[in-house]
Amino acid sequence: MWTIVRKDLAIELRTGEMVSSMFLLALLIILVFAFTLEPERLMGAEFLAGLSWTTLLVAGTLALNRSFVLEREAGGLTGLALAPIDRGSIFLGKAIGNFLLLLVAGVVLLPLTAILLGTRGLSPTWLLPVVLLLGVAGIAAIGTLCAAIASRTRAREVLLPILMFPLLAPLLIAATRTTSGALVGQSATELQSWLLMLAGFDIVFLTAGWLSFDYILEE
Amino acid sequence: MRSYGEPMTESRRIWQDTILPWATCVAMLAAIFMVFVLVPSERDQGIVQRIFYFHVNLAWMAFGGFALVAGMSIWFLRTGSRRADRLAHANAEVGMLYTTLVLVTGPIWARPIWGVWWTWDPRLTMTVVLWAIYAAYLMLRRLGGEDDTILRYAAVLGIVGSLDIPLLILAVRLWRGVHPAVMLSEDPDSGLKDPLMGWTLLASALALGLLFTWLVSLRARLLEVDETVAAMHLEGVRT
Repeated sequence: MWTIVRKDLAIELRTGEMVSSMFLLALLIILVFAFTLEPERLMGAEFLAGLSWTTLLVAGTLALNRSFVLEREAGGLTGLALAPIDRGSIFLGKAIGNFLLLLVAGVVLLPLTAILLGTRGLSPTWLLPVVLLLGVAGIAAIGTLCAAIASRTRAREVLLPILMFPLLAPLLIAATRTTSGALVGQSATELQSWLLMLAGFDIVFLTAGWLSFDYILEE
Repeated sequence: MRSYGEPMTESRRIWQDTILPWATCVAMLAAIFMVFVLVPSERDQGIVQRIFYFHVNLAWMAFGGFALVAGMSIWFLRTGSRRADRLAHANAEVGMLYTTLVLVTGPIWARPIWGVWWTWDPRLTMTVVLWAIYAAYLMLRRLGGEDDTILRYAAVLGIVGSLDIPLLILAVRLWRGVHPAVMLSEDPDSGLKDPLMGWTLLASALALGLLFTWLVSLRARLLEVDETVAAMHLEGVRT
């Protein structure tokens, strides 16, 4: 499992393709928001939270699409499926790789969005990184599963977001609520049920991906 | 010469081609008569309230259909039965049709009562997200190609999609809703006062349930024919 993570990260570190293109796309999306929404009128934590997650989601779709296309092109997935390891571990390996990539993007994105859109009156708490971790984990879990499914079809670039976005709906609701809460300094008890929901979502879909990857990789 | 699939038994043919369509037709006419003529209008809302008899039942049947998609998907992954796969596919299609109808009848009621066609009430949000999940499911089936692997992928998605539903419902509980909860409300003044209303609801459930079953059986049969034709075609190419 960790070998897969190491391999994916090594590819990424050597080429830097994914991080740079994700970063650029994210920046452009924020610019588009700035042009179209007139941020001066809409400032506020909720606005910031919503835009950040939207941007992360769209930019993340790009990375997730690539994560299996690379494998399919090089026949790597067949190799992995033949390797004497548990299929679930392949899922976890790919998911962790995607998780780390999305996390880097999220860590850069959130402050950047706040600065560029000039959001004021924020007092972020320690909950913010927790929320980011939980949210990104959920996107990585669903995203990895859907990317594996979509990579086998025609029109995979279109199919991935179509499969992924509706499934992520509960996560996105919870993530934006907790993010805007954490940005204005609400306490953990106030956000408790949302946080539990985020964690529950992660557990459910990491388990689902881990269990169902047997059927996904069977050729 | 290879035989393609099982020929339909006579009893199944009578059930699908005679009993189901006629039963659906009679039940539907009865339900429409009850909804439009027999049952009294609700005190405050007036005549629009009558759409509730179909709206609510459509929603329940659609959700039931999606539950069946998950069940059939598990069955398919366990046994590899093509019949389970076809039933999952057919249930998703008809469930999708019913959800679409829920999303159409809802606004017709909401406009005069709430004053808007649409609001981001949790239950509405949930329905539209469900709609999108199963639209994606059907899209995957369509774009997946002829390959058999796609059947497994669709099954996985059918199960994962159903896992999403409890979480969506959780979001419903956490949000404040304005959706009328006629059946489950604890308010003693709410609920169906006239016994005829209960009967009408039941009659509509029967009619829509029969229609659902009939449509699913037709779709499943058509999918079976499709598979047979594809198999024959393949054999024709080989020889």
